[in-house]
Formats: sequence, structure tokens, C-alpha cells
Amino acid sequence: MKIKTTPGERIFDAANVLLMLLLIVVTLYPLWHVLNASLSDSGRLMGHSGLLLLPQGFNLDAYKLVLGNPAILSGYRNTIVIVVAGTALNLAFTILGAYTLSRKSFMLRNPIMLAIVFTMFFNGGIIPTYLLINNTLHMGNSLLALIVPGLISSYNLIIMRTSFQEISESLLESARIDGAGEIRILLQIVIPLSMPVIAVMILFYGVGHWNSWFGAILYIRDRDLFPLQLVLREILIQNSTDSMMAGAAMGDREAIGESVKYATVMVATLPILFIYPFLQKYFVKGVMIGAIKE
Amino acid sequence: MSGRAVPHKLSLLWTNYKKNKAIYWMALPVVLYFLVFKYLPMYGAMIAFKDYSIGKGIWGSEWVGLQHFRDFFESYYFWRILKNTLVLSFYQLLFGFPAPILLALLLNELKNEWFKRSVQTVSYIPHFISIVVICGMVVDFSARGGLFNTIITFFGGTDTALLSDPSNFRTIYTASSIWQELGFSTIIYLAALSGINPELYDAARVDGASRLRQVWHITLPGIMPMIVILLILRIGGLMEIGFEKIILLYNPNVYDTADVISSFVYRKGISESAEFSYTTAVGLFQSVVNFILLLGANRLSKAVSDNKLF
Repeated sequence: MKIKTTPGERIFDAANVLLMLLLIVVTLYPLWHVLNASLSDSGRLMGHSGLLLLPQGFNLDAYKLVLGNPAILSGYRNTIVIVVAGTALNLAFTILGAYTLSRKSFMLRNPIMLAIVFTMFFNGGIIPTYLLINNTLHMGNSLLALIVPGLISSYNLIIMRTSFQEISESLLESARIDGAGEIRILLQIVIPLSMPVIAVMILFYGVGHWNSWFGAILYIRDRDLFPLQLVLREILIQNSTDSMMAGAAMGDREAIGESVKYATVMVATLPILFIYPFLQKYFVKGVMIGAIKE
Repeated sequence: MSGRAVPHKLSLLWTNYKKNKAIYWMALPVVLYFLVFKYLPMYGAMIAFKDYSIGKGIWGSEWVGLQHFRDFFESYYFWRILKNTLVLSFYQLLFGFPAPILLALLLNELKNEWFKRSVQTVSYIPHFISIVVICGMVVDFSARGGLFNTIITFFGGTDTALLSDPSNFRTIYTASSIWQELGFSTIIYLAALSGINPELYDAARVDGASRLRQVWHITLPGIMPMIVILLILRIGGLMEIGFEKIILLYNPNVYDTADVISSFVYRKGISESAEFSYTTAVGLFQSVVNFILLLGANRLSKAVSDNKLF
């Protein structure tokens, strides 16, 4: 049905489109600015003020410094270990929880579910958790401290359980009559039918591990074990770029330091920006599954 | 409760276990995880009422009753961090909460599907950038000669170190949070919007309702349950301003407006000193108030509308 638009509506539509274009500019410009600054010649960048619509000159030295920095490299390595091992464990535990708690024949499922939901709204606090992990369990200064305490996110567990509950009960029942055990049903029926939600979980947990840093300042003392984000914090927030510029003359250091910061942002963010478009449809789905239930 | 009810339940459970052994064993690691990493810290929070020392352990340390709470309520910091926490939360509620609703409504009015999807795709990006990188950019842009100052001087202002001035902290914190989360937060509303029956709009158009009236009478009521539930959750988190971003952005110059309960707990409990019992008490105060606010908001919402969280 096509209905004539009034002039007022046309003005609104035009204003709306303009507003959305403005939103795009405001969202992307800071990233564009950082990209241009990272590619700029550091001397010309210092002298420049105002918006950076294009790089000032072109120079990849900052990237060479960043990629040659052992702290960044070991940070990358640690982060990759955490993302891969952490996400795999997250997935295994979340699937176990979601599957058992979606089984109607499991008598304890409601009390356990209630106990899990309660932890979403009440917790013992950061200090008791820190004492438990650091002093009681002695996980301090190991990558385990960054993986094990966050094995299951209650929110993700609920999303996955909701999705498992949609699998038809009669399908599982007939498999059981054919003599399949629970583990086989989980591995051969439930998981293959749940690939979309599993992709969402990989994304949520994976990005979470990639971006997390606070666990590391609590538990990691050894610099060799620093994840990438902790190295970034030193470079970006605490301004310690000196280690990378041992060879540079004093006067150049400030200028190069700026470009190095920008290049660091890019090196840390580009991997996520590259995989983002491929995963977009999954996370939208994930948020929606979560929204339906709660 | 009759005396026979409990043994009866237990025998039911035993029968259920024997029939579903595999399920019970598969659930065990999950239950253990929650017991150890979620419930043990709640037990550990008992040190808020004790004079905890690592040597004596949780159980062996002496009870001091409400001493730590009293110390906190009487300290100079109490009002400062309580006020900062609540003001920052209030800013987030006032500006950060309606913004994605408004954006979702505007997106919903876009006629061109391709353009709509492009705006969405771009607006989700900042959500995936790490908080360290975001704060690194904010710190850099706020410095003298940085991007923000370029814009401020263009409009006739002066070039200052923005993050050293306590009066700027709340604005910078709130604006950068909205910048990061605005787009992503719309997903949940867009999901709710897609559930509205399109025939309602057709009927309204036949009746001659303008677009604004359609938004008011169809679209908004359609997403109202979602708005209410998210609002309840928001209110339940009023006392909880995440410390990660605060710790990354603040410095001693701006503690007057920037130091919140959680950053205070982190500083006094872990990074600067190790007053475990005292800071546990402060954290417990925060959790309990939060929980009460959540229950209160939920109850209020149940009373005035049918929407509730639980």
C-alpha cells in the first residue's frame, strides 16, 4: 500500500537521513583520525593541528617499531593463548550447563537455575574473589587466573539453554529409545543443531578475552605473561613508549612516541575490525535469542 | 512441613538420579564452578565483619561486628564516592538510557533497507574495540593540542588538559560511553521492534494516523516491555559504576568527581594498600544496596504495569 507523504514527513525523512550520516561520521572519524595519524610522518604530525582527513606524509616507521617491540609480540602471543584455550573451555562448560539445565527430566534444574540467576544480581565482591583466586587457590601469576574464574557467563548460559530448549523433545526421546546415551545425544544431535548459537558464544567469549585486561592487573606480575591489553595500557595510558625508541634522538622521541601510540591502537584493533563484518549476523542473532527469553 | 516430606523428596531425587545418572554427572562441573567462583566469595565476604589477616584465615580472624561499616560511613570518602557513583549513574541513566531507544526509533523510520543496515553496521563497531584502546584514544584526544581541543578552540574555547580538570570528567566519561555503546544497545530494541505486527501500521494508516502518532500508539507500546525490563536492570545497577573505565581515565587531580565506590575498593584493597576487611565491607555495602534497588524497582514495575524481571 503506497500512501502519499506529506511535506512534513518528507522534511523528517531528510533530517533523519542527515542525522544518521552525522552518526556515521561521529562514529568513524576518531578511528579514521587514528589511522591517518599512525601513517603520518611523525615530524609533520607534531606540527599539524586540526582534523586529519588524510595522512600527513606517509611513514610506516611507527608500525615497524610497534611490530618489533618484544612486549607487543609476547602480549599478542599470551592473548592468543588466552582467547583460544579460554574460549574452548568456556564453550565446553557452557554447553554442559546449558544442556543439563535444559533437560526436563533433570529434577534439580530449577533450583540450580535459580542459584545461577542469583549470582547475576548479587556477588561477594572484588576483594573476596581476589583473595580466593590469589591466596586460597594460588592461581596468581598464571594465565589460569585469567581463564578459570570466568569459565561460565550466566548470561551466555541462559542464551544457550534457551536455544537448546527449542530442539524438539521427541527427537531426543527417539534417540534415547534407540539406545543413545546423554553424551552421544549431546555430541551428535544437540551440538550439530545448535551451530548458530555456538558461533555467537565463540564471538562473545572470544571478544571478551581479547579485550579483557583487568584480571591481568589483579593477578599477573610477570611481564612475560602480560596479555596484549595490559601492554597497550602501558603504552597508551601510562605513556611508556620509551622502551621502543632506544635508538631515537631525544628531540624526536616525543614526536615518534605519538605515532607509536596511534600505530599501537591500529595493531590492536585491526584484527577485530577485520573479522567483524563476517560475524555481524551471528551476534545480532545472539542478542535477540537473549532478549526473547528474559 | 511434615516430617515425612523431606525423606520423601530425597527418595524422589534418588530415583531421579538413578534414571538420569549421566545428566547429574555432566552437571557436576558446572555446579562446582558456581559454588567455588560465585558462592565461595560470598562466604568470603564474611571478612567484612572480621579483622582479616591472611595468616589467620577467614574463619580464624577476629570478629569486629560492624566496625568497618561504621568507619566507612564516618570517613571523608563516604560521601565523595557515594555522590560520584550516583551522579555518574544518573548521567548514564539520563543520557545513556534513552539514546539507544531514540536511535532505534529513528532507524525504524528509515525507508531504505540498505542504508539502514549500513548505519547499523557502522554503529556497532565501537562496541568491539577494547576499553583500553577507547580510553587510550580519549586520553590522547583530551590532551593539550588533541582532537577535542582542536574542536574546542575552533568554537572559540581555550586549549586545556581536559582530563586534569575535575569538572570535565563526568562529561567525558558519559559521552565516551554513549559513543561506544549507543549502536550496540539498539539491537535489543530493534529485535523487539521486529516483533510488532505490521498490520497494526496498515490499519493505523487507513485510519489516517500520522507517522508520529503511529510511533506513539504502536511502536512505543510495542517495545515498552523491553524498555521497562532494561530500566529495572539499570536501576539495580545504580550503585555499580564499572571501575575499569574509571581506573583507566582518572588521575589524582580528578578524584573529587571521578573516584567511585568500585575504584575506591580497588585502590584501598589491592593497588595502593591491602585493607581487605575494610574494602570488603565497602563492596558489600554496594552489593546490598544494589540488590535492594533491583528488588524495589521490580516490585514498583509490577505494581504500576505488568512488566517484571522476575
